[in-house]
Amino acid sequence: MSNTTYDNFFIKLTNAFLQYLRENRGILIGLVVLCIIISLMNPDFLSTNNIMNVLRQTSTNMYLAIAMTMVIILGGIDLSVGSIIAVTGVVTTMLIAVAGFPIWLAVALGIFVGMLFGSFNGYVSATTIIPPFIITLATMNIARGAAYVVTDGKPVRVMDDSFNFIGSGYIGPVPMQVIYLLFFLIIAYIIMNKTKLGRYMYAVGGNSEAAKFSGINIKKVKLFAYTFSGFMAGVAGVVLSARMFSGQPTAGDMAELDAIAAVVLGGTSMTGGRGKIGGTVIGALIIGVLSNGLNLMGVSSFWQYIVKGVVILVAVYADVFKKKN
Amino acid sequence: MKRGVNVSEQLLEMSKITKRFPGVHALKGVDFSLRKGEVHALLGENGAGKSTLMKVLGGIYQLNEGSITIGGNKVDIKDVNDAKENGVSIIHQEIVLVPYLTIAENIFLGKEPLKKSGFIDMDSMIKQAQTFIDNFDLGLHAKMLVSDLTVAQQQMIEIIKAVSFNSEIIVMDEPTSSLTDKEVDFLFKTIKQLKEQNVGIVYISHRMNELFEVTDRITVMRDGEYIDTVNTNETTNNELISMMVGRDMNQMYERTYVKKSGQTILSVQGLTRKGVINDVSFSLEKGEILGFSGLVGAGRSEVMKCIFGIDEYDEGEIFVNGKKVNINVPNDAISHGIAYVPENRKEEGLFLIKPVDYNITIKILHQFMSMFQVNKRYEDEQADYYIKELSIKTPNKDQIVNNLSGGNQQKVLFSKWLATKPNILILDEPTRGVDVGAKSEIYTIMNQLVEEGVSIIMVSSELPEIINMSDRVAVMYKGSIQKVLEKEAMDQETIMYYATGGN
Repeated sequence: MSNTTYDNFFIKLTNAFLQYLRENRGILIGLVVLCIIISLMNPDFLSTNNIMNVLRQTSTNMYLAIAMTMVIILGGIDLSVGSIIAVTGVVTTMLIAVAGFPIWLAVALGIFVGMLFGSFNGYVSATTIIPPFIITLATMNIARGAAYVVTDGKPVRVMDDSFNFIGSGYIGPVPMQVIYLLFFLIIAYIIMNKTKLGRYMYAVGGNSEAAKFSGINIKKVKLFAYTFSGFMAGVAGVVLSARMFSGQPTAGDMAELDAIAAVVLGGTSMTGGRGKIGGTVIGALIIGVLSNGLNLMGVSSFWQYIVKGVVILVAVYADVFKKKN
Repeated sequence: MKRGVNVSEQLLEMSKITKRFPGVHALKGVDFSLRKGEVHALLGENGAGKSTLMKVLGGIYQLNEGSITIGGNKVDIKDVNDAKENGVSIIHQEIVLVPYLTIAENIFLGKEPLKKSGFIDMDSMIKQAQTFIDNFDLGLHAKMLVSDLTVAQQQMIEIIKAVSFNSEIIVMDEPTSSLTDKEVDFLFKTIKQLKEQNVGIVYISHRMNELFEVTDRITVMRDGEYIDTVNTNETTNNELISMMVGRDMNQMYERTYVKKSGQTILSVQGLTRKGVINDVSFSLEKGEILGFSGLVGAGRSEVMKCIFGIDEYDEGEIFVNGKKVNINVPNDAISHGIAYVPENRKEEGLFLIKPVDYNITIKILHQFMSMFQVNKRYEDEQADYYIKELSIKTPNKDQIVNNLSGGNQQKVLFSKWLATKPNILILDEPTRGVDVGAKSEIYTIMNQLVEEGVSIIMVSSELPEIINMSDRVAVMYKGSIQKVLEKEAMDQETIMYYATGGN
């Protein structure tokens, strides 16, 4: 790389970053204020250790929220991801513990099951007029039920260190979960900004008539987004089960709602057509920092629900208010 | 209609095109042809089938019978992409852009330039888009969001989108409906450039003066049928209008009762909703039917929506019985005795999955429902009364409205508003989509109502209906009332003349 192209690249990167800050000014300020308040009340908050902790705790939600952003941008919704977490976790651990599969194969098959659920959602939503809320409400129940049926409601234990490393390992100070997250963020960024597919998601959600008249294959776009959502839920399921040494049929309960909250906080429109993965990242961080901070302060988890609800309402209202003016 | 054209110059030949929708025969064996470097207008009243014909060409509808030949080869256009591959590009009447994508992204939607790596080549896309925009001298940046543009600017982007991709055939469906004069000039300059490049253009517009300015030939359609094709320089405004409207007068329109009361019941002064309607003033006499004519988009329904409190107006005053009234929401209008039967009965008027009696009584619930009880007998009486009075054909009053025919649905909608005992009844396209029999019944109801002293405003796009049913007609053009015609001065040519901008 010659010096000038290197400089150009650097300038482009800086510009992109500045634009990112500008676009997300509102929630960024919110996030920073939140961090300042918490660190004033508990200085431990800013330690490297705790920051990595926050990122690790947030990462599962972010896996889901990244894909949820895509689904919501194209005008859909995916309620089934929480249940898919349970199914993939259970399938993966059972393949290892009961069927004796090698870990890599069990993990791959587990994630594949997540993708199957996702592509089912996508196929039905692309080919029928059933609203995605209903389709994924159904698969949410089916997937959760399946997880209970195959395990008889009991956790499936896998006491294997190399499996555990997938969820609990570190490279230097950075947890594995965060490394996956960075990887998937880059993939998602490329899809949304550099490929036709990403462009078409905005088109389908923004004006499906225009998408149709432009000759876009709407079915393919939907199928991809929901399959990707199932895939990301599968990843979350594997990581969680590896972390807990077990596949739990109760895992990921209500996880879809945290993911939707992160997407909405990040400024993505529930009616589709507009939104950014970058905003979702900040939205998920706000939720993560909030619960971490409240934990550090020793606020009971019962109260944490209430605080989270209020924050979502206030943040989204402030955002709508800002856009109106 | 080849008129001795060299076959090699023939770009497009559509022959005997037939299209049926459930219950509607939209195109009945229509012929249309287009030569290289020609601007060929399609002319006809609303609903004549112009847009349907072009949607068949564009792959949005599939034809039932007939054939399409492009550049000498018979083609089978199954979807939008087939049309594009055959060099057909369409600028649709309604704007179809994605609001939260940039101008560049919209122009290239579905045909993004790719780098070798398979990723979108953003730089080249923005650069090319900017060149297109600059060619039109729009003063916009390719990276602006479409949602930040005005309607006219969006329309220009639609045009750019269609003309930028070496299409051989470009269809423009009412391209100037929301453009300013300056932008129209740009468009015409572009059309001339395209002609020089041997592009064939199908031009749909109601504005006669535009047709004489840019087109070479004009094909007239009426009621889904092909009427004739003429050379633009060999025809006249009047000849075209009589071809457009030349259907037989029907005896079913008959005003049985015409009496001037001379008493003004509704008066509207200087009603303005910015960008939509402009300084609209008129008055309505007691017991009168006042017609509102004009082309689609002239602002007729918009005036009615302001009067009924659905849309806000920026300026103007409304007087009912000589008293100034404030109408902010529909209930204000209802309390002043105004009722509005909207144009789209399915979207704006009826609860389709609810039974007939529910729909008839929905506006008068307060008459028979109190906090804890429902006077079921009163509700039944009301429903029975209107079913009988308007002869609504329904097996019983529990029938779901969606299962009734269009005409009977319309009568249910009438009943709903008549139950509120209005003095002023606004009917927006009262007979759209109903069959001939129901039409004549609706006219009978209107006659009865005026006889009872109800005053009616009737918005209609059907000229025979306007001419035969109205006592006076207000003709609108581009958001303003162009002319109010008395009964004696009403004929199709005169109304069309004012509706297309004459004065």
